[in-house]
Amino acid sequence: MSKPKPPERQPRRVINESGIEIQPLYTAADVAASGGEDMIGRPGEYPFTRGIHPQMYRKQPWTMRQYTGFGNAADTNQRFHYLIANGQTGLNVAFDLPTQCGLDSDDPQAEGEVGRVGMAIDTLRDFEIAFEGIDLDQITVSLTINGAAAILIAMYLALAEKRGYDLTKLRGTAQNDILKEFVGRGTWVFPVGPSIRLVGDTIEYCAEHAPKYSPVSVCGYHIRESGCDPAQEMAFAFCIARAYADEVIGRGLAVDEFAGRLSFNFNIFGNLFEQVAKFRAGRSLWAKIMKEQYGATQPGSMWLRMIAGGGGGGLTFEQPELNIVRGAYYALISALSGAQTMALCCYDEAFTIPSEYAQRISLRTMQLLIEEMGLTDTVDPLGGSYYVETLTNQMRTRMEEIMREVDAGGGIVRLIADGRIQDRVSAQAYQRQREIDAGTFRKVGVNCYRIEEKPPEMEFHPYREQDAAAQVRALGEVRATRDAAQVAAALARVRADARSGANLMPAIVDAVKAYASVGEITAVLVEVFGRYQEPVALRDEPLAAAGR
Amino acid sequence: MNGTKAIKVVLAKPGLDGHDQGAKVVARALRDAGFEVVYTGLRQTPEAIAKIASDEDAQVIALSSMAGTHLSVCRRLKPLLEQAGLGDRLWIIGGNLPAQDHDTLRELGFRGVFASSSRLEDIIDFIRTNAP
Repeated sequence: MSKPKPPERQPRRVINESGIEIQPLYTAADVAASGGEDMIGRPGEYPFTRGIHPQMYRKQPWTMRQYTGFGNAADTNQRFHYLIANGQTGLNVAFDLPTQCGLDSDDPQAEGEVGRVGMAIDTLRDFEIAFEGIDLDQITVSLTINGAAAILIAMYLALAEKRGYDLTKLRGTAQNDILKEFVGRGTWVFPVGPSIRLVGDTIEYCAEHAPKYSPVSVCGYHIRESGCDPAQEMAFAFCIARAYADEVIGRGLAVDEFAGRLSFNFNIFGNLFEQVAKFRAGRSLWAKIMKEQYGATQPGSMWLRMIAGGGGGGLTFEQPELNIVRGAYYALISALSGAQTMALCCYDEAFTIPSEYAQRISLRTMQLLIEEMGLTDTVDPLGGSYYVETLTNQMRTRMEEIMREVDAGGGIVRLIADGRIQDRVSAQAYQRQREIDAGTFRKVGVNCYRIEEKPPEMEFHPYREQDAAAQVRALGEVRATRDAAQVAAALARVRADARSGANLMPAIVDAVKAYASVGEITAVLVEVFGRYQEPVALRDEPLAAAGR
Repeated sequence: MNGTKAIKVVLAKPGLDGHDQGAKVVARALRDAGFEVVYTGLRQTPEAIAKIASDEDAQVIALSSMAGTHLSVCRRLKPLLEQAGLGDRLWIIGGNLPAQDHDTLRELGFRGVFASSSRLEDIIDFIRTNAP
């Protein structure tokens, strides 16, 4: 067993991941020097540093929404019911990679991938099965879908309409943040320009037809997983959110017509205080951007509504039971940060699709905070701490610097299209891996407190080839029984609207109602838009160099 | 090992898996270690990987797999690499690879198996020692 180095006798410098030096002690003087108390305010009031609602968890605890999906729609429906029976209050749907990449289950590229890392969806028929017995008014559904988001949003709206729900009252969220997919996660389909257009189409369509639905959840989360620091995570996400806002404002929408339904998704692994300061700082910075740069007047347009969860990047293969403990600290971070929704990566997630047992532990971890630990008793319990308030001011300043750097480099869309953000983030991930290998960035069980380990005893999620074959057969049955002329006409309209520049959502909604498949609709769009070509340069320059 | 020319590594992401953080980190580490690295980017079919490896005349063919398709990908890639005359090159794989699959991967010809959390130096040393 390796021993950690003895504590150093010299006073050591502590610099957090976002590059801010941490002092041994904070006083009121530090708060004043970092920018004072002007941005603290009260919860529910601008600039919302302490929370977007006056009562926060006193009124309602965070929504619990574990990421779930595997196999076919019936398998996933069963797990949804299990989680709901165990007290989960929302759903967070995982789709398999063919669905996420806009391919049908019988596509040659889907071989070996159908139902593997999420639920396979080909047509509206699968959606009908997936949500059977679930009241869409009581349980809000979040769809983790990006490249094929317009199609899956259309399916969700079509399903809700078919089941008799009033779309003007329907709540729910789609991830639908394609710009971050080019940086991390990688389920892109179309080139950058048409991809942003599709996001704009969904925002515009939902603002008119499903005004309570959140068509976009802008994700710093995956950029953090790919290697950026916490301040960059939030700054990059805000740059991306501005790009979507600019797209729809360019079409003539007023900011208050859509900004209230923008939501966000952030990561929670790392240093507890840095994370809490990140969320408090981000809340006030987003409010400031929306009010001062976009002229928002409705408080809802300024709210940083978010899921703060996951934490996969902090979990380890070594001593995986420690991931249960890490998950508990991450949940604490999320609760101290005033998240609207929480989800936790499960302790077995570094190995497999989480078991029911692991999912229940994650759910109970959140429930412990509510029922036993007092995390819902009062609003923003760390507010007023000299340290947290100073760090909140400093993190906000750092985020503003990063956003200026992005603008100086040519803006987030150009930097992503050119692969510059990707290169910056992967250079940082490499640097961090070097530090982990050298033992200078500590990971318990990895580079300190190691033990000799056998492979862990855990339940590995089975992958059954016969289920993929059944999915392909089911798709064949839908194709054989649907109205072929109706499908052809609907796809022709999708093609025409893609060419004309019209909002594509009405045509896509009609196509999914005719049981056109995800792959068929995507193929028509690819005819018009082409496919994204990934830049793979792996450069080392800073972002601002791109602007010169 | 060729003492005058850099070892050439084709590092590929097979299938639809979009987790490329690890592949890019390894690509950068191999580049800094003095190897010539051709990183393919995402969504490569087995056929495309064999073609790139052949066109590049790579000494090392490295795969990164995070989403559970490693066995099916390696089974499809093995005959393609052999047909391309690359059977004598060093094949390695890294990523989310459960321990119970490591022997099968080695039997398929992937001599270096690096599960997530492997040290970069161990990957570099393995290539230096085993590249043809």
